[in-house]
Amino acid sequence: MRNRNLWYWLFLAPALLALAVVVILPLAFGVYYSFTDWNGIRIPSFVGLEHYKALFAEEEFKDALWFTTKFTVVSVFLINFFGLSLALLVTQKFRTNNILRTIFFMPNLIGGLILGFIWQFIFTKVFASVGELIGVEALEGWLSTETTGFWAMAILMSWQMAGYIMVIYISFLEGVPQELLEAAEIDGANSLQRFYHVTFPLVMPAFTVSLFLTLSNSFKLYDQNLSLTGGGPYNSTQMVAMEIFKTAFVENAMAFAQAKAVIFFLIVAAISLTQVYINKKREVEM
Amino acid sequence: MKKKKQSRIILEILGIILALIWLSPFYLMIVNSFKTKREMFEDTIKLPDVFSFENYTVAFERLDFIKTFFNSVLITVLAVAVIIVFSSMAAYALSRRGGKTSGIIFMLFVAAMLIPFQSVMIPLVSIFGKLEMLNRGGLVFMYLGFGASLSIFLYHGTLSGIPKSLDEAATIDGANRFQIFWHIIFPMLKPVSVTVAILNIIWIWNDYLLPSLVINKPGMETIPLKMFFFFGEYTKQWHLALAGLTIAIIPVIIIYFFLQKQIIKGVSEGSVK
Repeated sequence: MRNRNLWYWLFLAPALLALAVVVILPLAFGVYYSFTDWNGIRIPSFVGLEHYKALFAEEEFKDALWFTTKFTVVSVFLINFFGLSLALLVTQKFRTNNILRTIFFMPNLIGGLILGFIWQFIFTKVFASVGELIGVEALEGWLSTETTGFWAMAILMSWQMAGYIMVIYISFLEGVPQELLEAAEIDGANSLQRFYHVTFPLVMPAFTVSLFLTLSNSFKLYDQNLSLTGGGPYNSTQMVAMEIFKTAFVENAMAFAQAKAVIFFLIVAAISLTQVYINKKREVEM
Repeated sequence: MKKKKQSRIILEILGIILALIWLSPFYLMIVNSFKTKREMFEDTIKLPDVFSFENYTVAFERLDFIKTFFNSVLITVLAVAVIIVFSSMAAYALSRRGGKTSGIIFMLFVAAMLIPFQSVMIPLVSIFGKLEMLNRGGLVFMYLGFGASLSIFLYHGTLSGIPKSLDEAATIDGANRFQIFWHIIFPMLKPVSVTVAILNIIWIWNDYLLPSLVINKPGMETIPLKMFFFFGEYTKQWHLALAGLTIAIIPVIIIYFFLQKQIIKGVSEGSVK
């Protein structure tokens, strides 16, 4: 009996140890530290809910949370809209089909940090030079106001992630039986009706997956935020992930940053679990 | 029928226009990377008068590109190898023995996917600092911890489709668990291993935050890390910065054009399951 279990634990040990040391222990320590005055080195003493009270009174954190929420709503909508449109487009029988897919997916292979730098050039230099050329002043200084900075990030994210979401929609669209569409056509359904009554219900699961991915990716965004706007001007485009990093490693307020990180975890978990719940409910209906 | 053909052509043209728009950031980056500072000031859209590689030579040198590139390759290859070996083994154990313990451990791995990196970041750095593991080995170990969840999830799905009678037959022939796994099961998992490899390579190759916290030392930087410092140094010199960015993404684009089918398939399988 002992021998039969030995292989089991040997096979599991490396992955389980890594998970424990890298994720579970830091999370547990993190929750504990958030109730203390830990500064990264000193043995902590308990301060209770002090940090949590302070963080909800802090404008900077609330601003970051609000900005992140707004950004997530807009980018989830845009990414899914473009993703589905591109998928519908490249599942037509084009000769250029494969090359189009390849191109739309391309940005996803390059890291968010580098993409942010490329777009920083476009928004500051190219926009300004085009604006000057055609005499539109509104194109200048795109990363220097909160509103345009917001849209700059939304554009970057839509451009990057639409291709990823497209791939997910494609795999479901290709699973829609052709006979079903043909039968509907014979029954006199036009292309809009065919999409709404046949295709759309069948790609609903893709919608759930995409929604989950875009939601969590937008909410946890860091690299693109860092390299595109750096949170500026005056922290007005700073998202939560960046705010936590700054509190911890620039302002050196470790326990306070950790309290923010715990709140961040609770929000992300709540969003994800709601998503899973809705997903499960829908599966039962189907 | 003719009308249908016409609308298809219009749609295809629309697709091509969109693709050109999608490519335009890369066009702008490459075109301007060949310009002088003055030329760029005049116009950012047009092609350069002469294609001079001067920006590239400077950027290549300042990025210490060959070294940086191999740092990235080393970390990515080691991390992905470790993830494939240990995740497939763990998934095999969980799916073959089953039972309550396995169910709980599997759920633990899946649940860990919900935890954002920022929530564990600060204690993680502190723990690894105390263990004196803020180095490449520590980084690879961290990638195993963060990458195992999705990988085990993917392996687990496939393993439940491989009949246990296969293992039993091999046991009767006198094979032990290690032999069964490495000689019979692991080769059968090749398609999932490709998916797992693709998903993890994309993520680890491009990761910035974790290396910036763990191996932030001269000579050890990966491409994203080096790019960040390089960029900070040349904020006002876009011609050099753009040449640097182009150098950094060229290897990725070359590989992508060779493996595009597998990459897109891997990503779609990884996210749909």
